Amino acid sequence: MPTMTYLQAISSALRDELRSDDRVLLMGEDIGVFGGAFKVTQGFIEEFGAVRVMDTPLAESAIIGTAVGAAVVGMRPVCEMQFSDFISCGFDQLVTVAGKMHYRQGLAVPITIRLPSGGGFSGGPFHSQNPEAWFMHSPGIKVLAPSTAHDAKGLLHAAIHDPNPVCFMEHKHLYRRIKGEVPDGVFETPMTARVARPGSDLVVIAYGAMLHVALEATDDLDGASVEVLDLRSLVPLDRAAILDSVARCSKVVIVDEANMTCAAGAQVAALIAEHGFEDLDGPVVRVATPDVPIPFSPPLEQAVLPSVERIREACRELLAY
Amino acid sequence: MATHTAPPSEAGVGTAGRLLLEDRIWLLRAMLLMRGIEERAMSLYRQGKVPGSFYDGYGQEAVSAGAAFAMAPEDRLCILHRDLAAHVIRGVSPERILAQYLGRAAGLTQGRDGNVHFGDRHLGCVGMVSMLPDMMLVATGMAMAFKLRGERRCALTWFGDGSTSRGDFHEAMNWAGVQKLPVVFVLENNQYAYSTPLDKQFAVDPIERAAAYGFVGVMVDGNDVEAMFDATRAARERALAGEGPTLIEAQTMRMHGHAAHDDMKYVPTEQVEQWRKRDPIERQEARLRSAGVDVDALRAAVHAEIDVATQDALASPMPDPSTVLDGVFCLGEAEALGDGQAPWSGFSAGRADS
Repeated sequence: MPTMTYLQAISSALRDELRSDDRVLLMGEDIGVFGGAFKVTQGFIEEFGAVRVMDTPLAESAIIGTAVGAAVVGMRPVCEMQFSDFISCGFDQLVTVAGKMHYRQGLAVPITIRLPSGGGFSGGPFHSQNPEAWFMHSPGIKVLAPSTAHDAKGLLHAAIHDPNPVCFMEHKHLYRRIKGEVPDGVFETPMTARVARPGSDLVVIAYGAMLHVALEATDDLDGASVEVLDLRSLVPLDRAAILDSVARCSKVVIVDEANMTCAAGAQVAALIAEHGFEDLDGPVVRVATPDVPIPFSPPLEQAVLPSVERIREACRELLAY
Repeated sequence: MATHTAPPSEAGVGTAGRLLLEDRIWLLRAMLLMRGIEERAMSLYRQGKVPGSFYDGYGQEAVSAGAAFAMAPEDRLCILHRDLAAHVIRGVSPERILAQYLGRAAGLTQGRDGNVHFGDRHLGCVGMVSMLPDMMLVATGMAMAFKLRGERRCALTWFGDGSTSRGDFHEAMNWAGVQKLPVVFVLENNQYAYSTPLDKQFAVDPIERAAAYGFVGVMVDGNDVEAMFDATRAARERALAGEGPTLIEAQTMRMHGHAAHDDMKYVPTEQVEQWRKRDPIERQEARLRSAGVDVDALRAAVHAEIDVATQDALASPMPDPSTVLDGVFCLGEAEALGDGQAPWSGFSAGRADS
């Protein structure tokens, strides 16, 4: 099995889809000749041509809106937002048109929106956000957030095969930092959670880049047996896996890189409060970015993003509860 | 690229014989059905039987009837809320439309959305959303798919004068111009966006913008159904010939309020009276009377059809609340849009491309 970076795994999924399905079409700003701002589609235009690897005008609403149109006449568009932050300019087409189409009219909209997300490298307020919760709150849109190279490929295949609009949150900080064995060819990762490390004293629930921070923070935590649950999919949210971990561990720390209020972790906390209360042996603890725009300067950014130290401290306090 | 203005056609002049008598009757019938269904729905609304609000296109019937009539079965349409005649032409029955207004299970959205927020996907139509003109981009995307697959077909969408102020208007016009797509944009200029008149909406008439995006803009008398047909047919031919988009600006007037609650006191009475003299249905009736058609019999047949449809719609059940969570996601295979009806004789006779 070849070893790939997280970024190579995403490229591999896109290449395999373009090779195996004529309906697949990539659309985005600078994805063709330039190969994408992060080089995810480097070399694609040479193999697949400028029609299927489309350099679009700088217009996020149009990228998503035209993708909806192409999808309802039988295409499988995969749109790249150059940075997930720019989805704000395409919000209406995704939430109003794509997300509500099937419920209103029985018309499926098979589009995938790739959203390079997250901070950690001085991207500042407009190149660092984690906007996944905006779409969790909007019916009709699936939201995936892989943390490993394997799942990045498998979930992207699953997204493109899915008949619904899917937001694919790919974390920029993982692109070249994370490597792993990834099967060749088309395969699907299920839209369910995964136990990244089993344990029994406490569970840390995370996704995306925070999964790796959580693993590092709890790798050697005073001998405690710490489970780490990788959500992988936020919509659908794997309620059974979450409640199962809670039942096993009784203590829960939930980590979000997104701003705290109404983040994905807030929904997980609510789910546990409502349906896992009897299994808890301490308060549900959250570690997240406070409700501020993501600042530019390194000491400021590091002061707000959840760190190994903050997670470790939260776990220690809860273990001692 | 020049912007040009097509003169209003008189009694079929301008359609160059492309409309047979049966077609011209079809156009009148579609407009009569639209007006008749909407008048019936307004009456049901006043009786408290239509939930929510009610929007109609009284006086604008020619815009949707004429344009939709020029579309082939394999073409795709995004229809606006004052364009009921387009649904009628594509093959949606009056009963289903009335059931839609009444919030019934037999309505096109099975009660999930209201009034004219619908499109029958089996007939090649995508229903609108309230954020205008979002569907310009959807139509542009359909046209993009047709072009990249090398298919000879086009997409068409309607939108209003207020829509021209929003970014999606610019993004769609620009994208369609850059990629030279087979799409027809029909700007339905009915003089008011809710209460906002044109002089508060734009400094330059939007028809002038077509040239700025690199394609043709055509001003049409939107109350002349045959002129609307002809302009749209020509735009479709341009699209199929690879000549790109066309912006058609249909000049018309919203003769009723924005919705049923709106007494439109902000509209000068003289303006309404001026436009009343240009009623699109009366104009088409006059043409057909002079061609020897029994217009009264046609009207009576349309009204009888609407009476039956009303009874059936009123007798049909409300949606079952236990189904309210169904359908948020597609659980099966994604199914692309189907073909609609296209009653123009030119399609069956092979005259469409002549």
